Amino acid sequence: MKIEIRNVTKTFGDFAALDGVNLDVKSGELVALLGPSGSGKTTLLRIIAGLEWPEQGRVMFDGVDALSRSVRERHVGFVFQHYALFRHMSVFENIAFGLRVRPRARRLPEAEIRERVEKLLDLVQLRWLSDRYPSQLSGGQRQRIALARALAIEPRVLLLDEPFGALDAKVRKGLRRWLRNLHEELPVTSVFVTHDQEEALEVADRVVVMDRGRIEQIGAPADVHDRPQTAFVHEFIGESVVVPITVEGQKVHLLGRPLNLDSQGTADGAARLFVRPYEISVVPPAGAALTGVVKRVHGLGAARRVEVLLCGPDTLVEIDTPRSQSLEVGDTIGLKPQRYRIFADAP
Amino acid sequence: MAGAVAPLARRARASQSAGPRAIRSEPAVVRWLVIGVSLAFLGIFLVLPLVTVFVQAFSRGVMPYLDALTDPDAVAAIRLTLLVAAISVALNLAFGLVAAWSIAKFEFPGKSVLITLIDLPFSVSPVISGLVFVLLFGAQGFFGAWLQAHDIRIIFALPGIVLATLLVTFPFVARELIPLMQEQGTQEEEAAVSLGASGLQTFFRVTLPNVKWALLYGVLLCNARAMGEFGAVAVVSGHIRGETNTMPLHIEILYNEYQFMAAFAVASLLALLALVTLIAKVVLERFVEAER
Repeated sequence: MKIEIRNVTKTFGDFAALDGVNLDVKSGELVALLGPSGSGKTTLLRIIAGLEWPEQGRVMFDGVDALSRSVRERHVGFVFQHYALFRHMSVFENIAFGLRVRPRARRLPEAEIRERVEKLLDLVQLRWLSDRYPSQLSGGQRQRIALARALAIEPRVLLLDEPFGALDAKVRKGLRRWLRNLHEELPVTSVFVTHDQEEALEVADRVVVMDRGRIEQIGAPADVHDRPQTAFVHEFIGESVVVPITVEGQKVHLLGRPLNLDSQGTADGAARLFVRPYEISVVPPAGAALTGVVKRVHGLGAARRVEVLLCGPDTLVEIDTPRSQSLEVGDTIGLKPQRYRIFADAP
Repeated sequence: MAGAVAPLARRARASQSAGPRAIRSEPAVVRWLVIGVSLAFLGIFLVLPLVTVFVQAFSRGVMPYLDALTDPDAVAAIRLTLLVAAISVALNLAFGLVAAWSIAKFEFPGKSVLITLIDLPFSVSPVISGLVFVLLFGAQGFFGAWLQAHDIRIIFALPGIVLATLLVTFPFVARELIPLMQEQGTQEEEAAVSLGASGLQTFFRVTLPNVKWALLYGVLLCNARAMGEFGAVAVVSGHIRGETNTMPLHIEILYNEYQFMAAFAVASLLALLALVTLIAKVVLERFVEAER
């Protein structure tokens, strides 16, 4: 099912949790809402679910207004951050809950409920836990039961709030892959919230980057990583070397000294230069755009991490260099950005 | 000052040198003294009075004991007490649930005032709890004239006794539920609703089962207090024998009339109630433990 979100605004007191958000989720897509805490991603998810109402804007499921319907009528599967399993019910009864509370006319016979629940238990590979209680399960197991419970009602949309947030790193990785596979098996339109960029980039078809109640960029994982459209996205996703600069008459200046860099059409005024640590190369200091002193060299593996204190603005940056390049602490080196972006500072 | 600090410092040094065991290596005399004092205190102030009640009650044998309990006035008092407790526990169960629910699950103006007010009956003398109803509904009270004109009796009658008991026992259920419900939050309810449950289904299938032990515990305490309440009820009851005397009031009257044995016989019922409550409380706590 297709979800359309138009100009949605929500405030909590003076705090604007969402500020004119527009988003389209295609049918069968797996979308990640990515942002730091307080960016409004969870609020947006809860508005889609019907657990929260916006002050303004519209939410439509397949072109039909969803805001006039309660969470009960929207038929969405919601997986809560802390799972919210019913603590006094067995795993089996947790999953069966959505089927048991149906109005009598639409309720399935007991045998069919049993069959459905067992199928879901097989899907999440936890059939052997069917008689346990939530308190007896590990975090990863609870997460999968919560998912099975949400899927039991055959939701039109699956919404997941920080699905892996409370799990340890290893379980997280496994579950991530599992969720991706599950989505291929069962292509229900899904939206999940995360603050972990790695998670969003690995699992989602499209990533929605949010900050302070606004959407900064929407795109495929490679898109938001390689072609960030705002300074926030560049800094938030992947690592960045950031150097404060000024733009005057389409020329880039570093502390009044002109740099041989393209201003990329940035308006005059204060701006920042963004470079990925691995897209900057070490050159002889004479005539280089940026110069600095090597402070520390560390890291194992293919790339080596070098901390450089830039001359000019005293900024410590970290870059990656190939192992073949010999660098000693105390060396003065030149730096040449291979690819870079320049974003004007917000006024 | 220095004298008070020195032993503590010395003990700290001793425990450092001798490891964690040192802290419990008080001389045997001190250990037995401390344990002895607490046991003696418990015995004198709790066990001895309880035993006295039963000893006095049976001081003339079983038959007089039963006679004292089957005396028409005693039976009326027991019946009234049970009735008052049944009504006020049922009402406070409902009020307590609603109050705890609204406090734990919603944000609204005046919430902190409500939380404070719930505790009021604990901090106010029961006499005052009774007196407010006399001032409101008594013959000289606020609504007195109106009530008299319509021939409605509240003070010196069952409604007054129930009102006073309600006020005194109001906090028990709510107090048990509020912290638990607050801790549990609203996520399970949200999950239930998102799975298609109606408000009633959510309440009976999710909210209520989650608080059932705390609720039962609150009811137990509420019941014990409702049956045992003296001060507030004494003010509003009017002490009409066989009509508005509850068990505690009946005991007092018997005692004042020097019928000690009969007084203790009725009192033994209340003491028995206390014991049953205590045992039920322990059993309940076991259940809660087991479920964790």
